[in-house]
This record gives sequence, C-alpha cells and structure tokens, in this order.
Amino acid sequence: MNGSRQSAGPSSTDEFIKGLWRENPVFVQVLGMCPVLAVTNSAVNALSMGLATTFVMVLSNTLVSALRNFIPKEVRIATYILIIATFVTVVDYLIQAVSLEIHRALGAFISLIVVNCLILGRAEAFASRNGVARSFLDGLGMGVGFTFALLCLGGVREIFGSGSLFGVALFPDGFQPWVVMILPSGGFFTLGVLLLLFNRLRTRQKELLAPVEGRAT
Amino acid sequence: MTSGPLQHSNEQAAIWPMYRALVGVGTLCGLLIVTVFVVTLPIIERNQAEALQRAVLQVLPGAVSKQSFALDAAGRFRTVRAGDSPAQTVHAGYDGQGALVGVAIQGEGMGYQDVIRILYGYAPQPQVIIGMQVLASKETPGLGDKIEKDAGFLSNFLALDVSLEEGGGSIANQLQAVKQGEKTQPWQIDGITGATISSKAIASILAQGSEYWVPLIHAQREFFEQAGVTDERF
Repeated sequence: MNGSRQSAGPSSTDEFIKGLWRENPVFVQVLGMCPVLAVTNSAVNALSMGLATTFVMVLSNTLVSALRNFIPKEVRIATYILIIATFVTVVDYLIQAVSLEIHRALGAFISLIVVNCLILGRAEAFASRNGVARSFLDGLGMGVGFTFALLCLGGVREIFGSGSLFGVALFPDGFQPWVVMILPSGGFFTLGVLLLLFNRLRTRQKELLAPVEGRAT
Repeated sequence: MTSGPLQHSNEQAAIWPMYRALVGVGTLCGLLIVTVFVVTLPIIERNQAEALQRAVLQVLPGAVSKQSFALDAAGRFRTVRAGDSPAQTVHAGYDGQGALVGVAIQGEGMGYQDVIRILYGYAPQPQVIIGMQVLASKETPGLGDKIEKDAGFLSNFLALDVSLEEGGGSIANQLQAVKQGEKTQPWQIDGITGATISSKAIASILAQGSEYWVPLIHAQREFFEQAGVTDERF
C-alpha cells in the first residue's frame, strides 16, 4: 500500500511552477503526443483540449491522493484508470453542454484522454505518494504547462495554416495559407521546431545560472 | 504446516482490501457519472435541438420556424413521436406568414476519411435544392473540408434542379458531379479541385437522398403546406 511520503524539499509554489517550465509535459517530458499532434490545428481546439486535460488531471490527482491509503498496490493501476475514465466521461458531458461545436472539433480525442500517459504518470509517480494539496498543485501546474504547449502549437499552426488566430483573420485577403501546417506533417514540423527552441532556451538558462550556482556553493 | 481453514482465512484477509478499493471507487465513480449525466442531459438536448434548428433555417433561406415529420411504414408523413428514427425524419420550414419554404432532409455517405453527414433543403415549388450544410465530417483540413467553406462549391446548392419526371415517380435528371468549371446544366454540381472525392461524395449523398425523398415529399406537399406551425416558432 502506498504510504504518504511528504518531502520537505520543494515548496507548494514549486510543485505548480515545475510543470510550466522545468518539467513541462510536452517540451521536456515529451508525453501525451497523440493529442498534441492531432488536435492542435487551431488555437481554439488546442485550448479546449488543454483545459479538458487539466480538468481531468487536477481532479484525478486529487482523488488518487485522497484515496492513496485506501488503494492496495496490486489494484492501483486499475483503480487509477477507473478514476481517470470517470473524469474523462464527466468532461465529455460538460463539453457537450458548453459547446457542441468544440465537442465535434475534438472528436474522439476527448475519450482518448483516458489513455494519455501524462495523467496516469502523474497519478502513479506523484499523487499516490503525496498529499492532496501538493497533488492538486502538481496536476494544475502540469495541466497549465500542457495547455501552454498545446496553445504554442495550435497558435503557430493556425496562423500559418489558416491565416488567423482564434478565428480572427491576421493577414490581407491575398494571403495564401500554408495548408501543410494544419495537416499532420505540419504538426510534427511545428513540434520539432518548438522542441528545438525550448531546448535552446533551457540550455542557455543553465549556462547563465551556472556561475551563480557555483558562487553559491 | 499451515492448516487449511487458517490459510483460507489469511487469503481472505489479503483479498478484502482489493475488493473494498475496487467496489468502493467503482461505486463512487458510478455515482459521479450518473449525477453529471442527469444534470447535463437537458442542456445537451437543448444544444442539439438548437443546432438542428439553426441548420434547418440555414438550408431553408427565408424560413423562420420549423416542424418535424416522420415517415411511417405506409409511406405517409406524420408528426414526430418519441422513438422515431432521425433517418426517417424531415423538417419543414415556414416563413413569417406560415407558408412552406421547403423541407430539410438529412443524408449521409462515405467521404475520403469517414462518413459525411449533411442537411439539405428541398423546395417543392420549384423543385430545387436551395441549401446544403455539412453536419459532420472528418475530411482533410485545408482540402476535403472545402465542402463546408468553399463559396463556389456552396453556390451549387442555391437552385440545384431535382425536378421530377412526368409521372412524378423519380427525378428527371440524376444529379451528377462534374469537374470544377464544367457545369453546364442546373442538375450538375461543380466539383472542387483538390477535394474531388469529398465533392463527389456530397453529390452522391444528394443524388441518393433526393431520389428517395423528393417523390415522397412532392406527392404529399399539400400536407406540409397545411401543417400548422406554432410550437417551434422563434
């Protein structure tokens, strides 16, 4: 059975912040690539999928953490999947209630949130070993980081692939959209460029911080 | 050596927490899903009804209200009842004076990626299709999905001829898709270069659907004209 192992190390703020940048689920952990590539052909779709995933991750992390002493390790994965599938079903109904258009645009990918390895990964690696508050913040941080990454891809792909952002036209009438950007190949291309950029920024940040950390030690 | 009953008792004790966790979490999750379903169902049904209403009024320009009718086994239209199949249901649209504008019909067929579902409006007088909207499609973004947005393609459905032959039993001229820019007859549909399969799929859905529905609706047009429109008016 998973006992609580509250570490005295990182603060609550760190639990939230790490998902945004240092351990970003897409740009660092490269998890959940199926929705990242499939639904980011527009910024609205990317934002909707990001919010839906955040909702599921926050609630599943919280519930898994709250029940961690109640769930034996032999059945933990089955139980986590059950909890995640429940919140995915809930978010599916909620999206249909909010907007049928968005539900239609996201299609089967809402149901596939169940098998998003990021959510199960956070439940197993973090929520099952930490308290409710930390797990909530971890889920929220990872969800916001995931949404941020999806928005980066969705924004770039919509701007070049459709000439608009959130449906608002950005270019004059003569602009010929790069259709390839909203096709799957455009998703791979954009992700590759963003990963390159993100890694470059992280490397540069480490280089800048290295002398400071050296002096501190 | 451990006695049989004691060993059995130990196994039971080890299994019980697993049963407790799975049944407990399962019950909790089931309750949560049912609660959310019950709360959101009326909203989802209202959204679906509003989406259908918008689509019907879009494919029947000039209509301000609609009424739905189902086709019974005898081939007669009647007011829709609970349990009627959507595939056997049509939606009549009426203008501000209560005059029949046309009848909206749902159709579906295989596209390039997946099934395409459409709604199109048929005006019994003068026997033309006066609007078409794609309800569901997974056609390739930027190519096949032009069937939803391309103004030139959509202009095919402003007055697409589906007039009946002399006896009224079938369409006089079968609808057909032609290459972009080669339309010469009012029953031809100008295709889209780069979305050939998708545009042909629309033509095929319309051809099959109109062959089935147009003779039925035309034969009972007086029923549609006389049907009262009160409950669904804006």
